[in-house]
Amino acid sequence: MKKFLNDPFNAVDEMVDGFVAAHSTYVRRLERVRTLVRRDAPVEGKVGLVTGGGSGHKPAFIGYIGKGMLDAVAVGEIFTSPPPNAIYEGARAVDGGRGVLFLLGNYAGDVMNFDMAAELARGEGIEAEQVIATDDAGSAPPDRVSNRRGVVGEFLAWKTCGARAEEGASMEEVKKVATKVNEWTRTIGVALSAPTVPAAGKPTFILAEDEMELGVGHHGEPGVERVKMKTADEVAEDLTARIISDLPYKTGDEVVVLINGLGATPQLELYIIFRKVVEILKAERISIYRSFIGEYFTALEMAGFSVTLMKLDGELKRLLDAPADTPCFVQF
Amino acid sequence: MVEVIRSEDAVRIIAHMADKIEENRDYLSELDAAIGDGDHGVSMVKSFRAVREEVERLRGKDIGTILRGVAMALISAVGGAMGPLFGTAFLRASQIAAGKQEIDLTDLVNMFEAAEAGVRERGKANVGDKTMLDAIHPAVVAIKEAAAKGSSLLAAVERSVAGAEAGMKSTIPLVSKVGRSSRLGERTLGHQDPGATSCYLLLKAFYEALESGHR
Repeated sequence: MKKFLNDPFNAVDEMVDGFVAAHSTYVRRLERVRTLVRRDAPVEGKVGLVTGGGSGHKPAFIGYIGKGMLDAVAVGEIFTSPPPNAIYEGARAVDGGRGVLFLLGNYAGDVMNFDMAAELARGEGIEAEQVIATDDAGSAPPDRVSNRRGVVGEFLAWKTCGARAEEGASMEEVKKVATKVNEWTRTIGVALSAPTVPAAGKPTFILAEDEMELGVGHHGEPGVERVKMKTADEVAEDLTARIISDLPYKTGDEVVVLINGLGATPQLELYIIFRKVVEILKAERISIYRSFIGEYFTALEMAGFSVTLMKLDGELKRLLDAPADTPCFVQF
Repeated sequence: MVEVIRSEDAVRIIAHMADKIEENRDYLSELDAAIGDGDHGVSMVKSFRAVREEVERLRGKDIGTILRGVAMALISAVGGAMGPLFGTAFLRASQIAAGKQEIDLTDLVNMFEAAEAGVRERGKANVGDKTMLDAIHPAVVAIKEAAAKGSSLLAAVERSVAGAEAGMKSTIPLVSKVGRSSRLGERTLGHQDPGATSCYLLLKAFYEALESGHR
């Protein structure tokens, strides 16, 4: 597969160089580790929000560092959890005296590395807590939610927790928001083609012209089920029905809808999907408070998208609407 | 007859382990592409390049210090799932070898046991979940048995390699229960686990380096 790369081994380092040069008003890089932090960190009196994950998911994670969202992001290799020292140094750099909250996705690597980082942080007297995202309904049945992957629902957690932390909330209060978001958010993805990890050199799975991969996550690993190609409306109906019944979302609920492009699906298609989702939710009398359509958490050039619903209450609406200023998300 | 491993051997042995990983980079990545995201080979290569550099710096130190250097390099080089798991294995082994300029078979058995315990605690997997533990556990059982029968160090390590190989192959018909591949459920049937394969390769390299050093 053709890519614009130099030595694939250095892809992430070079990307970070470019990113920091582009967004130096927002972020700075720590010296000893590959971690980016908010330019003005540590923000005194504020809970520090720390995340990290593999590269290849832009705008996530580093695109969301800034006021009202994330304080520190440890940058891993492509689709690979970052090591504990990168996370720990990030925590140290953004500790404003109210503790640091790790927000991570439910992946074996992340869980272990963040756990080790939390040990390091606590060893240095930094209060470190964590909330693990499990919004991917495609990755385990409803009776095993804690086994599920964390996917683009994390964007909604970063936005709401970032806003809550900015209000000067305590660790407990911010953690409560993260937990509530995770409980009320469900996502399902579908792919038409796999990404190609630069170092691997070829796509991780091959789909025939008439196939889709259902229940796909965002790392290029094969999904749960391979099915025949359908129309946009049919796919939207299928995915939305699965999500609605998963929580379940009920008549009278107010939700946020997030249609997330996984990297190679044009916005044109995302809007066609969203049109159908609007119709379905209207029929269910679930009202849409806000919607986000675009690329929030990609998987390199995976063709596909995910649908996310998050149930709302007054607090989450306020936090969603609060200002944010980051390289990839700005809101007044 | 190799009855002890000296700290001067350790650097050479670890370098050979790093070579083995480099040679098998594509193979490991292919195994990982079938049930993961295809980068296991590259991640292991990056990790072991960091290990190689670190161990060069630690020439002349005791074995515990050298292995701790391996552990810290593995933990901090790349991350992923292999960093914490292999890193913890070497870290626990290094604690047994702390301050020793040479280790014998008894030490080695204790190190293997400590490594397995570390992997179990860190990864929370069980044998049969289709993970590296499926290679480690039979390797540890094999070296313990060989030692109990009065085997030489070299022969005992050889037995552990055979155990790891059988364990690695035993992952093929297993359905993955832990880690990224567990998402694929039944689709993991028929595929050999990359982590278990790396484990086997490292042990094989360990044996080869011991054997060639002794010739």
